[in-house]
Amino acid sequence: MPYKRYVVICNADKCKQKKSNEIYEFINKELIAQGLKEEVQVVKCGCFGFCSEGPIVKILPDETIYCHVKPEDAKDIVQTHLLKNQVLKNLVYDNSQSRKNIGFKYDNYRKQLRIVLRNCGVIDPENIYDYIARDGYKALEKALFELKPDNIIEELKISGLRGRGGAGYPTWKKWQITKETASDIKYVVCNADEGDPGAYMDRSTIEGDPHSIIEAMAICGYTVGASYGYIYIRAEYPLAIKRLEIAINQARELGLLGKNILGSGFDFDIELRYGAGAYVCGEETALIASIEGNRGMPKPRPPFPSTKGLWGKPTVINNVETWANVPVILTRGGKWFASIGTDTSKGTKVFALTGKVNNSGLVEVPMGTTLRELVFDIGGGIKGGKKFKAVQTGGPSGGVIPEEYLDTPIGYENLQQLGAIMGSGGLIVMDEDDCMVDISKFYLQFAVDESCGKCAPCRIGGKQLLEMLNKISQGKGDIEDIDNMKRICFAMQKASLCGLGQNTPNPVLSTLKYFEEEYIEHIKDKKCKAGKCRDLVTFTIDPTKCVGCGLCAIKCPVNCISGEKQKPYTIDQSKCIKCGTCYEVCKFGAVIRK
Amino acid sequence: MNMVNIKINGIPFKVKENTTILEAAKLVQVKIPTLCNHPDLPPSAACGMCIVKVKGSPKMIRACATFVEEGMDIITHDPEIVEVRKTVLELILSSHPNDCLQCPRNGNCELQKLAGDFGIRDVAFPQILVNHPADKSTQSLELNPEKCVKCGRCVEVCQIMQNVWAIEFIGRGFNMRIAPSADTFLNDSPCVKCGQCTAHCPVGALYEKDDTPMVWKGLRDPEKHKVVQIAPATRVAVGEAFGLEPGTLTTGKIYTALRRLGFDAVFDTNFGADLTIMEEASEFVERFIHKKGPLPLITSCCPGWVDYLEKFYPEMIPHFSTAKSPHQMVGVLSKTYYAQKNKIDPAKIFMVSIMPCTAKKYEITRTEEMFASGYQDIDVVLTTREFTRMIKAAGIDFLNLPDSEADLILGEYTGAGTIFGATGGVMEAALRTAYYFITKKELRDVDFVETRGLEGIKTGKININGTEVRIAVAHGLANVEQILLEVKAAQQTGKEVPYHFIEVMACRGGCVGGGGQPYGATDEIRKKRAMGIYEDDRSSEIRCSHQNPYIKALYDEFLGSPLSEKAHKLLHTKYHERPLYNK
Amino acid sequence: MSKLKTREDLVRLREELKSKEEKMQKEGKITRILVGMATCGIAAGAEETMKAFQEHIEKMGLVNVEVKPTGCIGKCSVEPTVEVQVPGMPTVIYGRVTPDTARKILEKHVAQKILLNEAIQDKPAIDIIKEGV
Repeated sequence: MPYKRYVVICNADKCKQKKSNEIYEFINKELIAQGLKEEVQVVKCGCFGFCSEGPIVKILPDETIYCHVKPEDAKDIVQTHLLKNQVLKNLVYDNSQSRKNIGFKYDNYRKQLRIVLRNCGVIDPENIYDYIARDGYKALEKALFELKPDNIIEELKISGLRGRGGAGYPTWKKWQITKETASDIKYVVCNADEGDPGAYMDRSTIEGDPHSIIEAMAICGYTVGASYGYIYIRAEYPLAIKRLEIAINQARELGLLGKNILGSGFDFDIELRYGAGAYVCGEETALIASIEGNRGMPKPRPPFPSTKGLWGKPTVINNVETWANVPVILTRGGKWFASIGTDTSKGTKVFALTGKVNNSGLVEVPMGTTLRELVFDIGGGIKGGKKFKAVQTGGPSGGVIPEEYLDTPIGYENLQQLGAIMGSGGLIVMDEDDCMVDISKFYLQFAVDESCGKCAPCRIGGKQLLEMLNKISQGKGDIEDIDNMKRICFAMQKASLCGLGQNTPNPVLSTLKYFEEEYIEHIKDKKCKAGKCRDLVTFTIDPTKCVGCGLCAIKCPVNCISGEKQKPYTIDQSKCIKCGTCYEVCKFGAVIRK
Repeated sequence: MNMVNIKINGIPFKVKENTTILEAAKLVQVKIPTLCNHPDLPPSAACGMCIVKVKGSPKMIRACATFVEEGMDIITHDPEIVEVRKTVLELILSSHPNDCLQCPRNGNCELQKLAGDFGIRDVAFPQILVNHPADKSTQSLELNPEKCVKCGRCVEVCQIMQNVWAIEFIGRGFNMRIAPSADTFLNDSPCVKCGQCTAHCPVGALYEKDDTPMVWKGLRDPEKHKVVQIAPATRVAVGEAFGLEPGTLTTGKIYTALRRLGFDAVFDTNFGADLTIMEEASEFVERFIHKKGPLPLITSCCPGWVDYLEKFYPEMIPHFSTAKSPHQMVGVLSKTYYAQKNKIDPAKIFMVSIMPCTAKKYEITRTEEMFASGYQDIDVVLTTREFTRMIKAAGIDFLNLPDSEADLILGEYTGAGTIFGATGGVMEAALRTAYYFITKKELRDVDFVETRGLEGIKTGKININGTEVRIAVAHGLANVEQILLEVKAAQQTGKEVPYHFIEVMACRGGCVGGGGQPYGATDEIRKKRAMGIYEDDRSSEIRCSHQNPYIKALYDEFLGSPLSEKAHKLLHTKYHERPLYNK
Repeated sequence: MSKLKTREDLVRLREELKSKEEKMQKEGKITRILVGMATCGIAAGAEETMKAFQEHIEKMGLVNVEVKPTGCIGKCSVEPTVEVQVPGMPTVIYGRVTPDTARKILEKHVAQKILLNEAIQDKPAIDIIKEGV
């Protein structure tokens, strides 16, 4: 009964446009013709994330990938590959060729390399045995019994691992400073307060592989001389909290946390602390204040937490993703890790690819992957065939990157030069229906809500920026507003106490840099071409196109559309809330959005 | 202490290693603008005015919070830095009301000075103001959130320097404001009215209640017999409002100014201080020699301290001296002894007290004992600040006034009385007289230098005729906890108490650093004012309270003896446990 | 769980678990179904899907079928996702697995070794631990 081979054909939008359905039919026909119907099953599947080389046809269990397949190739595939077991050299994709930013041969076409997420989707996160069976706690074992703290730091240095929370500070340096600061007590802290809207990399990492964090923190404790760690996790992640609690308990039961771990003489234990809805507590000094029971307000740095952190003691604080990289660096070696990525940004980065792409989800790619590959290959291109406008990286602290820079390889410095930042990995794709002024406003609203209020530049500057953006999006802006905004942005960048205030201007500055015309359109012409700014948009029904089906009236949430069947309908402008539903549902293109 | 080599604006020099850039810049004639910074407090790093550039970094860093490092190359002002500072200042001004002309800090405001120094002509940003009602619930202080610039000084002072925790940041972001803890009213919070918050506020967000209208009203009333007294700490600070150095003694001019304002009699709280010593030293002898009460004896002349103990350590109330504070004593005597002696109807007496203190405004109605004369013993308390404004409003040319004397009946004082104004002064004065009470001999050397200075906790062992008297002096309420815990620990384990006599002043430096004193007090200024006090003591003919001839007359003619029934009725008070929060 | 007191205890445990897994793969008797149970999966209905698998396995009387929860594979736009490992067949991932699809997976894929059409998603990346790269 089981088939000998399977032909899997990508049937997502882009490949469908290029006739993947016909490929499916032709291959089926050919299989019948060649009498192979009982031996080979053909199925359609979802997007491979390789759209630039589509249509894609995969042969299993051979793992052969054919790209740019045309319906005419169906005969060849069946006769040459399936019948004669010969790979079609003109169509095949050499899956094992190494990419220029990865130093070893591996599966290439998927463009993803799951290191941080190595166990997510493979193990049962509530079962410590699953983790151990896949080299779990091997790195801790190696550290305790084979390596000295200096060796571990050396390995991290070779690896080139930089902080994944967004700042990109070399992890080895942070650990070394804490190691060398003399103190009776030291602490290890994991920042799991992931507050960027649209970012959930840390949440998925913890929900899928909580032990990687625990193991990494214990390794750090051994390296720097700490025997206690805190995981500061936002209370809005109840499942992640639950899985962490289970994992910590299981680790304690097995003796991998607690006193005298594995008989090494090293003690380490971890406690959870919950955030309470403050984005600013993701900033390390505010986080520390919060753990100490104080108001989550940042403190000036220096002194940095590495020398004077939690309760005044030397503390290593790292982001979840940074921690998740540590065990595999120790088991595979820093050199292995450094063979991935670019010169200055090593390893991989997890991105939450969301927005107007077809394949939204969590992806992990080696540094050096281009934005185009992320959006148009892995992401499967823009939904609904609309036009790409920009990709927003780094959440509320980041900036937008327009089409002309899509071939930029991802890295800390590269993105900074474009006026954006890598941040924690949020990647929001925008199309022609997204308004840049509206985007700025959205992020400013977030920053103003989340500002702690301690320093004047962020507290007042953010509010002033938001008011100006509100004005502009309502068509009440003045041309001086642009210069005033730039002035405030510069002052906030230079004079804010912490990263929240320093980076709040980024969305504004970056949208002004690449899309200033949109702002000017909003101010001078009082127009919003993307149709997002409600006060600048009107919806009307074109009587020449309207057939009177009444669908818009049914869907209208405020019942402001009226008319008789078969006659053109009208929208009552005084009641219209500009939600755009009628525009979306009209099948006849009769609703005009201006 | 290591020295490091740094450069500021291209000028190379050496500076001690634990110096901030802000401090180091002063050595090369640069006063980096600040707003939230205050020498009393650790740097808050909130306002963003003090930013400077350091070569090698694209950032601008805060000079107040960054220590110098070897090789640092700092630029304190280039056009870009000044532009950023100006923008930050304009942002602050855009959320600050524009009513300087009606503000209690008009002419004396740190934000006003910054705006003037920066030559602000136009704030490019629209005004976005906070709309929140002022808190006028206490008799002493007012809190106006609309003027607050969120510098955080008051919170730091109340929480860390005073350990009272009556005010706190509430809310987040633009809506953050400074409010009494648990967002109640100040009067329902642990607030002890010490006024240190008002003394540190750079703008008109926290200030003393203005009672000058009441005084002007009283002065206008032809029926009233107007009497006034001034505190020890006032005499070394009034001159600052007229350009004199802190610590300059202007006692004679103050007496003249008061008479010219229209007061019928001018008394001196220092007389009350001498009287307090008579009563309190007697109390001490009762407890220490005759074992007729618990030790340690704790001074109670500071109303902020009294409120603090009643709220936080009510179980220690039996340790309080029951003697009233000096000005309350003068107050009650003005409406009894003075009134009777001069055949004046006490109902017609209008008694004003000029104090360095905001808590005294609440003290005058604290308990029914404050009405021991049959009337409210003291009608109004003015802070030093309010008093100097009255002099100016009257157009009196203070600096050129001739000296005059007080009405000696309640105005003659000894050196022991005047030192009440500085931390340790009460203790020192008490020891001078206690020595006499115990040994019946006069001291040759009346200086007890172990009580003096700005050290937060001062302890000492005094030898009185072979017996060891252990003393402790604390100032700044945060320093009280340690001493009280030591005492409690000894009590619990049955050991001997570590101290027999404790003096506490709520304000750092004692009353010279009081909440009602001229703005801008720093340790440097507190020291100078204290030096003026001790100079007043050193140059006094009589330096021990019990030697004050007018005190002797008072007891002979009126009170009988210290701790007599009459003395208890008029000069002593009671204490009550009070809740930290009312509700 | 007994405590691991020494390094050798851990090494031994790891070897045991690894050889158990190898044995299972070699014998090829056990079908494994991994249901993505991260928040994105649960929000899309993975708990119902998980229940459906368990119910139908019982109903159909299937033996040697192991159903386990797992974390996020990253294909959040097609959640709930399920990985099906039937010995003798290539391992595939199904997307948008409703309780109904779950039943179909058991009936066709597990019982008859036939892949479901228009339901498969490609695996996002190789397994660096298994492949040893």
